[in-house]
Amino acid sequence: MNWLTNYVRPKLKAVLRKKDTPDNLWHKCKGCGQLIFHKEFLANQFVCGNCGHHDRIGPAERFKALFDDGEHERLELPKVQDDPLKFRDQKKYSDRLKDARSKTGEQDALIVGVGRMDGIEVVVAVQNFFFMGGSMGIAVGAGFVTAVEKAIELHAPFIIFTAAGGARMQEGILSLMQLPRTTVAVNMLREAGLPYIVVLTDPTTGGVTASYAMLGDVHIAEPGALIGFAGPRVIENTIREKLPEGFQRSEFLLEHGMVDMVIPRHELKETLVRLISLLTRDGAAREDRRAS
Amino acid sequence: MITFLDFEKPIAELEGKIRELRELSGAEITVSISDEVGRLETKLDKMLRDTYGRLSPWQKIQVARHPERPHFLDYVDALITDYTPLAGDRAFSDDHAILGGLGRFKGQPVIIMGHEKGHDTETRLKHNFGMARPEGYRKTVRLMHLAERFSLPVITLVDTSGAYPGIGAEERGQSEAIARSTEACLNIEVPLICCIVGEGGSGGAVALSVGNKVLMFEHAVYSVISPEGCASILWRTADKAKDAAVALKLTAEDLQRLGIIDEIIPEPVGGAHRDPALAIEALSRSIEGALEELSGIDGAKLRKLRHAKFLAMGAANLG
Ligand SMILES: [Zn+2]
Repeated sequence: MNWLTNYVRPKLKAVLRKKDTPDNLWHKCKGCGQLIFHKEFLANQFVCGNCGHHDRIGPAERFKALFDDGEHERLELPKVQDDPLKFRDQKKYSDRLKDARSKTGEQDALIVGVGRMDGIEVVVAVQNFFFMGGSMGIAVGAGFVTAVEKAIELHAPFIIFTAAGGARMQEGILSLMQLPRTTVAVNMLREAGLPYIVVLTDPTTGGVTASYAMLGDVHIAEPGALIGFAGPRVIENTIREKLPEGFQRSEFLLEHGMVDMVIPRHELKETLVRLISLLTRDGAAREDRRAS
Repeated sequence: MITFLDFEKPIAELEGKIRELRELSGAEITVSISDEVGRLETKLDKMLRDTYGRLSPWQKIQVARHPERPHFLDYVDALITDYTPLAGDRAFSDDHAILGGLGRFKGQPVIIMGHEKGHDTETRLKHNFGMARPEGYRKTVRLMHLAERFSLPVITLVDTSGAYPGIGAEERGQSEAIARSTEACLNIEVPLICCIVGEGGSGGAVALSVGNKVLMFEHAVYSVISPEGCASILWRTADKAKDAAVALKLTAEDLQRLGIIDEIIPEPVGGAHRDPALAIEALSRSIEGALEELSGIDGAKLRKLRHAKFLAMGAANLG
């Protein structure tokens, strides 16, 4: 590693400067520190080829990897009232929203796509951690409900990729009310007899885990994701001791019975397709056709 | 003697003066002293009314957390006859931060449950300061299903700074337990009346607050995060808790305006801790009214109404 940083890096930087290429040509793995060629990292869905560390990815990359040929339609989500509490800390919430929107090009933290996975129509929601930490406010709650309604309309399974530090504090009690709100939506899926699959990604904590993220028919976690109710720092401050290695990580949740499986990113699609086809009539019919 | 809050210094001084005068006069109260006591008492009453009539959000937090504020067992003692506590989640243990059981409210069998904070060091430790572990939330699910099976209305009393953040709680699925409790609240086909009596702290409070009727005491608070927690994240210092308390809009008045709660229960002058009996009586009246309102509605409809109510949370434009 030293050899790389001390010797190759300066040279590389010089090359980059000369060509005026973006400085993200190389990616340094957050897990092992290895430098990975960016193109290779992209092709590998942001997973380190050396240590298997799963870096956070956005909705676009998810959709590309999941839907057949990446083809899908974005579901239009309801426009909600911005900043209903006129919240202001050191910065105005309305300004934070503006920043997040210009940074991500998205309205809010939940993005929903409709498309096919191995031919089966599905509704897939992805929480975008890059939009205010994926936090759940009214927009995320409303988006979740709309996605569920679409799944019911299409009689399609619903899959959500969770990622959030929790509820969006700047919306106060209204963000807290999204816990019961989304829980009603989960129950609508149940009544419609549709599979609801939760894929927990890094990080999923707080109010999101205390509602829809823990109410799936099947829970899948990506390797090494932080998943829990209370944040590790809050726990450490409460119990005044250091937390054990791997605490609140996917593998820990599997061991404690909170998730069904831990699945690496590149095996997610085939796992989801298998689950869906086992849980739905359409999937079963498709298998019959295949067999005959 | 009650514990005075920092903003009650003038009230404490006045009360002290009145007490002194009374002691000074002993058994034999002279006319002039009794006049003076009377005058001071009028002044004290006005001072309490003024102070408590315009408490800041931060002061409300302090009142909601007041150590002598009535807690779950005080309410149960006064309101419930034949109280029969039920214990355990049938899976791991019995949580003492959330208590509950069968009993009669005004003669009618009900299930009542809620957070108990304790009132002295020993009981506070026993009840873990009202911070429940997953077993607490699994017990509430169990009790709600029991209520449904026997068509009993459910009353919840919410008073917690939040669910307990600990290693064991995480290992045993704190978030799943809270989510299931919220879900049980939404789905039971019996009347569900939720009362925020003190602190409504985040997910740990929501798990018991998804009712057909949500009632809230005048000086209770209900929030997505504690002002201290919010301040330390957004302002990067817990010293800004007062500012966070304002920004979070966590008072009963705010919550009624935002359409989160259905009714504000008035507190005695100077807060519930100054006259617990009066506060308990006010709560009793509100619960009775809510029960009466829901009594004619069949179970499936009650569930449907609850779903519609919480599905709409945040959908309205609040201007
Ligand atoms: Zn690596």
